[in-house]
Amino acid sequence: MSTTTLTPDGLTAAPDLADILPPRKARGKIMMFIYRYPTIAAGGAMLSIILAIAIFAPLLWTVDPTALAPAKRTRFPSEQYWFGTDMLGRDVYSRVLYGARISLIVGFSVATLASVLGMLVGVCSGFIRWLDAIIMRVIDGMMSIPGILLAIALMALTRASVQTVVIAITVAEVPRVSRLVRGVVLSLREQPYVEAAIASGTRVPKIIFKHILPNTMAPIIVQATFICASAMLTEATLSFIGAGTPPTIPSWGNIMAEGRALWQVKPYIVFFPAIFLSVTVLAVNLLGDGLRDALDPRLAKKV
Amino acid sequence: MNTKKTPLLEVNGLKKHFPLKGGMFGQKTGYVYAVDGVSFTIDKGETLSVVGESGCGKSTVGKAILRLFPITDGEVLLDGARIDNLSAADLRPMRRRVQVVFQDPFSSLNPRQRVRDVIAEPIVNFGLASGSELDDRVAQLMDKVRLPRDAMHRFPHEFSGGQRQRICIARALAPGSDLIICDEAVSALDVSVKAQIVNLLSDLQDELGLALLFISHDLAIVEHLTHRVAVMYLGKIVELADRSTLFATPHHPYTRALLSAVPVPDPTVKRQRIILKGDVPSPINPPSGCRFHTRCPYVHDRCRNEEPQLRDVGMGRKSACHLDVVPEVPAMSSAA
Repeated sequence: MSTTTLTPDGLTAAPDLADILPPRKARGKIMMFIYRYPTIAAGGAMLSIILAIAIFAPLLWTVDPTALAPAKRTRFPSEQYWFGTDMLGRDVYSRVLYGARISLIVGFSVATLASVLGMLVGVCSGFIRWLDAIIMRVIDGMMSIPGILLAIALMALTRASVQTVVIAITVAEVPRVSRLVRGVVLSLREQPYVEAAIASGTRVPKIIFKHILPNTMAPIIVQATFICASAMLTEATLSFIGAGTPPTIPSWGNIMAEGRALWQVKPYIVFFPAIFLSVTVLAVNLLGDGLRDALDPRLAKKV
Repeated sequence: MNTKKTPLLEVNGLKKHFPLKGGMFGQKTGYVYAVDGVSFTIDKGETLSVVGESGCGKSTVGKAILRLFPITDGEVLLDGARIDNLSAADLRPMRRRVQVVFQDPFSSLNPRQRVRDVIAEPIVNFGLASGSELDDRVAQLMDKVRLPRDAMHRFPHEFSGGQRQRICIARALAPGSDLIICDEAVSALDVSVKAQIVNLLSDLQDELGLALLFISHDLAIVEHLTHRVAVMYLGKIVELADRSTLFATPHHPYTRALLSAVPVPDPTVKRQRIILKGDVPSPINPPSGCRFHTRCPYVHDRCRNEEPQLRDVGMGRKSACHLDVVPEVPAMSSAA
């Protein structure tokens, strides 16, 4: 410390800043992230665990989830059957773990497909005036039908499979994304930087890809997480009422539907898939909430 | 001297009426007469300022010249050739010559584009350079607007308002433009930064022979920068004159009221304020005759019925007032 040499005679220098302030706590990057975005961290961690369970299901001491064992039906949870067995003697633990795959596949596929399609429709609608009126009336019509009813109607038209479930839920979700993207596009179009781009000779496709779309990503990503959560719930609902994933494939909705008749005496058959579904949806919603706060502070205040 | 010199930009009887939509099926219920017959010229290397209060149609004039929307009526000529009726494809090469700097430096830069890409965009659009030549040009432009070259790879949010406005100016210069429309380009900046940007603009004008259409409501800045001034009121030009003439001997009563509102940085000077009564009438339903007659201290019957034309009133001034000589001391209320 050489401050004393600079101080004129008879004057006392203030101590160095470093002496007054306590040393800054060195915190790891991960701890810093958890501190700043606790909901993203919690949601992300929970979702990662579910994702790992789905991917590594065959390695997690499961047996064939469709194997029947009528002699050992409706067993209570035990050391051998962690979550018990159902009315056909199938291992509920294995079925729940494999069911995670269906839920996540449906959730992620619907979120991706609905976002991409919604972006396409929304940009067309926001950019082409005459098309806008037509698209928006069609979307108004679709939004007047509850999503789950629309999905049931579409499922009734086709053979049940995971693909058709994904398509049916996507169709029901596209209008919401289109509306969102259209709104954002309409407001971005009027931004001075877009006007400046037009004035400097930028062609329309480049304006869309360089100036408009990158700025719609934040709200779309946020919306996609909420669609993912709602798609998982819709899939479970469809399976529960028998209009979704075929009963040969274990999905959380199917397992609950099959356990429904016995739930007063053997509640664990319904309980375990329900817990997994709730936790997964909670994780996705937490992630979405956190992303919304982090990416789009204006939206956070409104909602 | 060549008396029939073609001006760089000529605007003849420009009109822009925005339709008002209402009712259940969006019928047109009326029009906003934002710009209603405006004519002026700008020569190469000249600065024309358009001044007036909020809502008088200054910015609409700028945007109409840029063809950010189709105009209702009138002509816009660039070097004597009409550009207002060109198709979008034919207009594109013309866009290279007329560029714009907007008011708000925060929304006039794409938040997800690096400075280099912002400045390079017009150059790339018009195929003026590519590869390392492009990088050189961007670097030169950054020097011109006095930004450090290493700022090239940063995003707009890392800059202050004044720096962002420099980026916008660099973008406007990039395609080698002849005319830059400065739409309130310095209004959002604080005083010291404003002065820097104004000086930068006039330096660039001397260096490159740029013409500027300077849209502003700040008369102090206009007096410092401009060659000629057009005063607008409710969609029309009421007075058009050289800077020194206009500031020394304004003709139109509205110009006089406007100039009397400019603060003087000297507390001992007693200013004779001309306080106009009432508010600006709505541009949806503008007054008959002279648009200023509802607020003019010299109003007489003719003003209410006959619209005054922009005419020569001596000393190089053009004014849209029926009076040839406007009395010096206005018939103001002694409320002040």
